Amino acid sequence: MAPLLSVRDLKTYFRTPDGVVHAVDGVSFDLAAGERLGIVGESGCGKSVTALSLMRLIPQPPGRIVGGEVTFDGMDLLALDEEEVRSVRGNKIAMIFQDPMTSLNPVLTIRRQLSEGLELHKGMSRSQARRHSIELLRMVGIPSPESRVDDYPHQFSGGMRQRVMIAMALSCDPQVLLADEPTTALDVTIQAQILDLVKRLCVERRTAVILITHDLGVLAGMTDRLAVMYAGRIVETAPTAELYENPKHPYTIALMKSVPRLDEERREKLFVIDGLPPDLIDPPKGCRFAPRCFAVIDKCWEEMPELMRVTEGHNAACWVDVSKGRS
Amino acid sequence: MPIGDEILLDVKDLKMYFPIKSGMVFQRKVGDVKAVDGISFTVKKGETLGLVGESGCGKSTTGRAILQLYRPTAGQVLFEGENLGDLRGNKLRKVRRKMQMIFQDPYASLNPRQSLGSIIGEPLVIHGLAKGKDKQERVQELLRIVGLNPYFVNRYPHEFSGGQRQRIGIARALAVQPSFIICDEPISALDVSIRAQILNLLEDLQEQFDLTYLFIAHDLSVVRHISDRVAVMYLGRIAELADRKALYENPLHPYTKALLSAVPIPDPTVEAKRERIILTGDVPSPVKPPAGCNFHTRCPMAIPQCSQFVPPLVDKGGRHHVACIRV
Repeated sequence: MAPLLSVRDLKTYFRTPDGVVHAVDGVSFDLAAGERLGIVGESGCGKSVTALSLMRLIPQPPGRIVGGEVTFDGMDLLALDEEEVRSVRGNKIAMIFQDPMTSLNPVLTIRRQLSEGLELHKGMSRSQARRHSIELLRMVGIPSPESRVDDYPHQFSGGMRQRVMIAMALSCDPQVLLADEPTTALDVTIQAQILDLVKRLCVERRTAVILITHDLGVLAGMTDRLAVMYAGRIVETAPTAELYENPKHPYTIALMKSVPRLDEERREKLFVIDGLPPDLIDPPKGCRFAPRCFAVIDKCWEEMPELMRVTEGHNAACWVDVSKGRS
Repeated sequence: MPIGDEILLDVKDLKMYFPIKSGMVFQRKVGDVKAVDGISFTVKKGETLGLVGESGCGKSTTGRAILQLYRPTAGQVLFEGENLGDLRGNKLRKVRRKMQMIFQDPYASLNPRQSLGSIIGEPLVIHGLAKGKDKQERVQELLRIVGLNPYFVNRYPHEFSGGQRQRIGIARALAVQPSFIICDEPISALDVSIRAQILNLLEDLQEQFDLTYLFIAHDLSVVRHISDRVAVMYLGRIAELADRKALYENPLHPYTKALLSAVPIPDPTVEAKRERIILTGDVPSPVKPPAGCNFHTRCPMAIPQCSQFVPPLVDKGGRHHVACIRV
C-alpha cells in the first residue's frame, strides 16, 4: 500500500546575514494512514522546520524549500499554488503548536476561531458551525461548552487552550495531524491529560499523527515509529520498541543515556555528549555528529553516511556498527 | 561529602503572600496570592533537598523567600541558627555571601553589557574579597572550575551558548565561596544533551566544595537523580517530604502518586504496562485556594473531612512526612 504521506530528500534553507542555514538538509520518511510517527531531536535540529515545510508555512523570505518532494494522497504538496495549499492546510493536514497562548488569536472568541475552518472547508453556515464547535469542545473535554464557546482565549487555562487547539486541528477531520511539542509548555499532570486525549481521538478517528518533541519519554507511549533528527538530517529510524531496545546510532544511544529516568535508582554520573551541535551554515563535510561522537572513525570525517538498513524497518546513518564495539 | 546531622537551613512555617490591590489612586488591598502558605523543612549540611511541584506551586517563591529576596509574610528562616528575618543591610549581606542562587534562564540572568570578568568579579568586589590582579586571577580560576576557557574573561554573554551561559551563572554563584546554593530550575531552559553536562558539573562541584543544595525543579526524573531528600509542593504547601528512595518507590500522598504516574518513561514496554492516574481539572487559583486540604478538589481519594481542616505534615515513620488524612 502506498503511504499516505511521503517525504523525499526535503531541503529547507534559510538565508541569514551570516550565510545560508541548512536547517533541513535531505530528510526522507513515509507515513502510513493511521500511523503515529515521532520525530525526536534537540532544538535547532530541524524538526519543526520539517513540519512547517509540510504545511508550506515556511516564511519566505528568509526561508525557502530548495529541494525534495512531498507526496500526500497523490498530490505533490510542494508544487501546489497558494490557493490549492489552502484547501489542504487545516483541512486534510492540521497542526497543533507548542504554545497555546500565542497560537490562538486573543481578540477573537473561541467560536470565531473554531468556526473559521468549518465555514471555509466544510461550507457550514454560521449557526451550523457554532453547533459543531460546541460539539468539538465537548469532545476535547471542555466543561459546559455551550457557554465557553463564546469566551476569549485568556479566559482559559494553558491546558484548556491546548484542548481548544486540538479541537480546532481535528475540526475538519484531517488525515494527518502534526503536533509540534504539544505539551512542552504544560505541567506534567496536564501533559498526561493532553497526550491521553490526542491518542484516544486519533485512534478513534484513524488520524495519522506526526508527534514532534525532544522528550523521549513522551514518545515511548505515543508512537508506533520514531525518527531521530540531528543537525537537519534523520540519523536513525525504527519502530518505537525496537529503537528504545536496540538503538544503533551513537547519537541515539548517547541521548538515551544522558537523560535521568524516573524509574531508575541511579547515583552514578549521567552520560555526557560533549560539545555543541554543529553550525548549520557551514556543516561538517562528513557525518554531522562526528565531532561529538564516541565511536568516530576516519571515514566519518570524509563521507556523510546515508540511512542504512540494520534490520527490517530499522535504519541508521552511521559507518560504525556500534553494537560490536560496545559493552 | 557525607551528610552530617548538622542542620544548615531551618525553615519554620514560612508564608509568603503577595497583596492584590485594586483602585487607581487609593489602592485598597482586596486579597492575597498565597504563593507559599506555611511550609517547614530543614536542610542538612552537605545534602541536596529537591523541591518539586508544578508551575505556580510556590517552589521558586520559597527559594527567593529563603534568601530574603522577598521579605516573608510570616515564619522564620534560620541559616546556621541565625534568623534571617531579623537581619538588615550589612548584616544580611554578610550572611548572603554564604547563600547563592543559580537561576533558570541563562539568557535573562546575565547582564549583556557586562564582560564575564565583570559578571563573575562583581560579587568579589561587593563582598570585599578580592580586587585588581587578585580578582582577575580568581575569575580565571572560577572559569576553569566550571569548565570554561580562562581566556574568556573579556568576552560578553551573547558570545556563548545556553549551556555555557549557565556555567557562567554557576561561576558567579561560586565566586564568594558559598556553603549553600539554591538552584532554581538550573537546567530546564537547556537542551537535552546539554542538561547532563550541567547536572554532572553541579554534582562535581558539590563534592569539591562541600556544597549544600536546594534544588528546585519541575522535572521529577532529574530531581530523583540529584536529590538526597525530596519535598513535593502543591499550591503553596508541602504535600510529602521523604528520602529519595522512599518517595519514588513508595509515594504515599495521592498527589505525589498522580504526579509520578504522569511522568512518561522513555521505555515503550514499561509505558505499555503503566497505570496512569489522570487528574481531572487544573490547579486551583492561589488567590482562593480550596478550604481544608488544598488538593481535595482533584483528589481521587477525597472524603468530606478533607475540606474541613488543613492536614498537618506528619511523620509516618522513617522520616517519611505526609500531609494527608487518608494515609
